[in-house]
Amino acid sequence: MAKSWEEINARIASGNAVVLTAEEFGVLAADEGVSAAAKRVDVVTTATFGPMCSSGVVLNFGHSDPPIRMVELSLNDVPAHGGLAAVDTFLGVTQTSTVRGMEYGGAHVIEDLLRGRAVRLKASSPGTDCYPRTEIDTWVTLEDLNQAYFFNPRNAYQNYAVAVNTTDRVLHTYLGTLLPRLGNATYCSAGALSPLLNDPTYRTIGIGSRIFVAGAPGYVAWEGTQHNPHTDRDEHGVPVRPAGTIAVIADLKQASPEYFSAATFTGYGVSSFVGIGVPIPVLDEDIAATLALTDADLTATIYDYGVQRRSRPSLGTVSYAALRSGCIEVEGKRVPTGPISSLPKARAIAAELKRWVTEEAFTLSAPAQLFPQVGSQVQKPLEIRTGEAI
Amino acid sequence: MARKRLDLTFPPRQSLKPVIYHLVKDYDLVPNILRAQIHPAQEGRMVLEVTGPKEAFQAGVAFLEEQGLTVSEAASDIVLDDERCVDCGLCTAVCKPDALTLDPDTQTLRFDKDKCVYCEACVIACPRRAISLTF
Repeated sequence: MAKSWEEINARIASGNAVVLTAEEFGVLAADEGVSAAAKRVDVVTTATFGPMCSSGVVLNFGHSDPPIRMVELSLNDVPAHGGLAAVDTFLGVTQTSTVRGMEYGGAHVIEDLLRGRAVRLKASSPGTDCYPRTEIDTWVTLEDLNQAYFFNPRNAYQNYAVAVNTTDRVLHTYLGTLLPRLGNATYCSAGALSPLLNDPTYRTIGIGSRIFVAGAPGYVAWEGTQHNPHTDRDEHGVPVRPAGTIAVIADLKQASPEYFSAATFTGYGVSSFVGIGVPIPVLDEDIAATLALTDADLTATIYDYGVQRRSRPSLGTVSYAALRSGCIEVEGKRVPTGPISSLPKARAIAAELKRWVTEEAFTLSAPAQLFPQVGSQVQKPLEIRTGEAI
Repeated sequence: MARKRLDLTFPPRQSLKPVIYHLVKDYDLVPNILRAQIHPAQEGRMVLEVTGPKEAFQAGVAFLEEQGLTVSEAASDIVLDDERCVDCGLCTAVCKPDALTLDPDTQTLRFDKDKCVYCEACVIACPRRAISLTF
């Protein structure tokens, strides 16, 4: 049995598509077998809601009179990029406030905009003949902006590290507070619900895939930065370490603060929780077999964040079911675990996306172009060189 | 039996009289120190959970006040802002007494006030700044 994208989209358009979340599909496949589940189900929704630092928004403010070419600009005292056209900017979520430091940053500005709050825009310029104004100080809301859209260069990591700390001091990391001497372990994946874990070889998720981004319909724009298909994989072909990523684009005006939340990691900086949902067509039994995998089947690799180097030593692998149990064993020691990616939010997104597909005829788009596949691209490190060495 | 959380303020240069010992020995109270910050030349602060018969409890408090300590019922409380919380669960990773846990089925955050020792690890760990401690 094989279904085409067209057949599945026709069923969605006519309101007859059978749609389950990845968790529901796992239960169905366990009860009735992968083959029967593959026959019955057309679309499986996947989702994740975790901190994703490589996120941000493109904004266009419109022109003041007289106009200004904004060279240095800030939103609520958070600097935004001044290297685009006169009133265009990019605001990254990790940018911190010049006044409040890491307690307020780009992510908080975006959340404030989503909540309908006015944001203070200050900009300066040397002034030109075509853009004579040199200073501006005003307030803008999301509604006021001409264009406002997410462009997130790296979201929805395909698997992630489990972080532990073998040193004698507390570490403050992007994976949270790591207690000394293996005092805890944190992990960050939606596991069986996670989009790219459900399509491990990027068959259906590629450039042009229609997806859910922070509550708005959006698209996969490109492979994400650091997309790395070359990593250790388990017997199902699923990566056991951080691997593929997606770059996404979506209208900020259609997004919701329900699915985008600013975050501050003490001692690290600002980031944002971004809700990403991806519908996956059940094209054949191969895809169904991976969609049927559960937290018990999926594993992550434990890394010692006490080693402050690019390559941290691995302390073994562990299943997501074990991580969810609240306690794992590392080097013979019982270590309590805590997640960073919100499973309740991921479930809500998978359910909402299921509603879009079943009730709002949210059709799927096959990739216009596939991502770099296994064997095609290796991530390179950054070497430190001198000018003379070049 | 009474069980109350007390907030003690020690004046600077408080005599080194072992007040906690006397609460146990002379008043038959069971003190559990939840938070303490005592420096010889500075004002000190201690949050105690005290269990014991009601009369003994009152006498014990009077004793502490005689020693120059300011005693008030601890208003300290961990407050969770449900509007801000996204149930990420990161706070559960640093909560040693397991006051903050995730529901095994729903994976939503639960807080058991009785287990909390006011260490504030969660306040610092929460990326949403959804947890605060009121004094």
